[in-house]
Amino acid sequence: MMSPLEKALKEGKFAVTSEVGPPKGTDIEEMMKEARELIDKVVGINVTDIQASVMRISGLATCIKLQLEGLEPIFQMTCRDRNRLALQADLLGASIFGIRNLLCLTGDHTLLGDHKEAKPVFELDSVTLLKTASILESGKDLAGNELQGSPSFFKGAVVAPASEPVEPQIFKMEKKIEAGAQFFQTQAVYDPGQFETFMKQVEGFGVPVLMGIVLLKNAGMAKFMNANVAGVFVPDELIKEMASVDKKDRKKKSVEIAARLVRQMKSMCQGVHIMPLGWGDVVPEVIDAAELA
Amino acid sequence: MIVAEQKPFLEVFEFVKPYNKVLVLGCGTCVTVCSAGGQKEVDTLTSALVMKSEDEGLKQEFLQDTIERQCDREFIEPLVEQANACDAVISMACGAGVQLLAEMIDSSVRVFPALNTKFIGYTREQGVWMENCRGCGDCVLHLTYGICPVSRCSKGLMNGPCGGYSREGKCEVDSEVDCGWILIFNKLKKLGKLDELKKIMEPKDWSLASTGMPGKVERKDLQLIEDDA
Repeated sequence: MMSPLEKALKEGKFAVTSEVGPPKGTDIEEMMKEARELIDKVVGINVTDIQASVMRISGLATCIKLQLEGLEPIFQMTCRDRNRLALQADLLGASIFGIRNLLCLTGDHTLLGDHKEAKPVFELDSVTLLKTASILESGKDLAGNELQGSPSFFKGAVVAPASEPVEPQIFKMEKKIEAGAQFFQTQAVYDPGQFETFMKQVEGFGVPVLMGIVLLKNAGMAKFMNANVAGVFVPDELIKEMASVDKKDRKKKSVEIAARLVRQMKSMCQGVHIMPLGWGDVVPEVIDAAELA
Repeated sequence: MIVAEQKPFLEVFEFVKPYNKVLVLGCGTCVTVCSAGGQKEVDTLTSALVMKSEDEGLKQEFLQDTIERQCDREFIEPLVEQANACDAVISMACGAGVQLLAEMIDSSVRVFPALNTKFIGYTREQGVWMENCRGCGDCVLHLTYGICPVSRCSKGLMNGPCGGYSREGKCEVDSEVDCGWILIFNKLKKLGKLDELKKIMEPKDWSLASTGMPGKVERKDLQLIEDDA
């Protein structure tokens, strides 16, 4: 049985996904509220995995919570914290709850987060994690043992079109497809011309790509991303545009920019992944303004 | 070589403060090269200990010596007697040397490490030593044309790069650290061998590496056989 995300992509519909970030603590009320508001507008909701190496509720627990409420989680798995035993165990664990959507990432280094003394694992990487999921689906584990019941996933990965150089990204994208990637969500893209060039290079791979959008909160955030976030580049015009409005109008401008970017790039790809970073309340507005509903 | 760094002086002084007769023992191999625990460093440390000890009004006696290396019995043997006559020994060797020394002398003689052993590496330039080997036990340098993905990639990825490299080809962890995988990528591109990177590299077999039980390398052909008398 296909997940709504897989079904949408197979049917050639422009798939819209968004995401929630589990909180640092057990109070999930706000996160659940956000997810419930999103679900009518999207076919899948990513759950980030200890994003930025800042300790939070586990992605698997959060995905189970969402799944039990029919909120279509996309299980993001990084390789930073778990060895091949734990990763396989969590893949099987996700499967018994009917979680189908999977996004395999390498993960931010522990040195970037709030527990810098932690021991990083990185035993697998995004490519071998995808391969591991594929192997489990075939009825065996990584050691070649037969499984008592095998999982079935819709497997995805990430690519960053604005990376410089971008060639290594495209190389790795091919490897991820070989390892079993069936869809891609991109890191945030803000330059339609550059995205078009990128998509021309990868459309031949035949795997659907969902363009990533991170809602710009202010000019400072855009500048910060340019300086500190790899694979993301916000052009000067957009920074100026964000800076041109008063504080009270920033959210409105952010939605306007996001919607415009989606309209400009939607013909080049198969969907959009909206990362609200706290502004989940305006995601429905972005979707409407981008004429995706 | 093994690269190590000195522990803060006061920390080492506190180790030996309760002991009357202390031997400061250096190592003439790796830690001499990285200026952490060789003859020169033994001299400096011993002088500092003597001064601090006098300053604190303690009646300590400090001896010093440096041997070829502390990871082979033959070099420790000759000074076992002298060491056993002391109350404590400060070993300026890497962890391997500190332990063999501790094994070979009386357990009543305390052995203290003067260094923090950091990594296997090389001298990049005078005064700078860089890690480039993690003793993973299953070398892949032939596949990456001489650039180690385990030690030069901060995450030790077998299929890098991750999405964290900067425009300058630096690692997300530190803008001064090269992204190991971009180095590999660029080298293979230059050599026209990029296609070789398309092959998925399997996860490492960590049972071969130093992260498992204490490693052992055996050469039966080199071992001494007892005579059948």
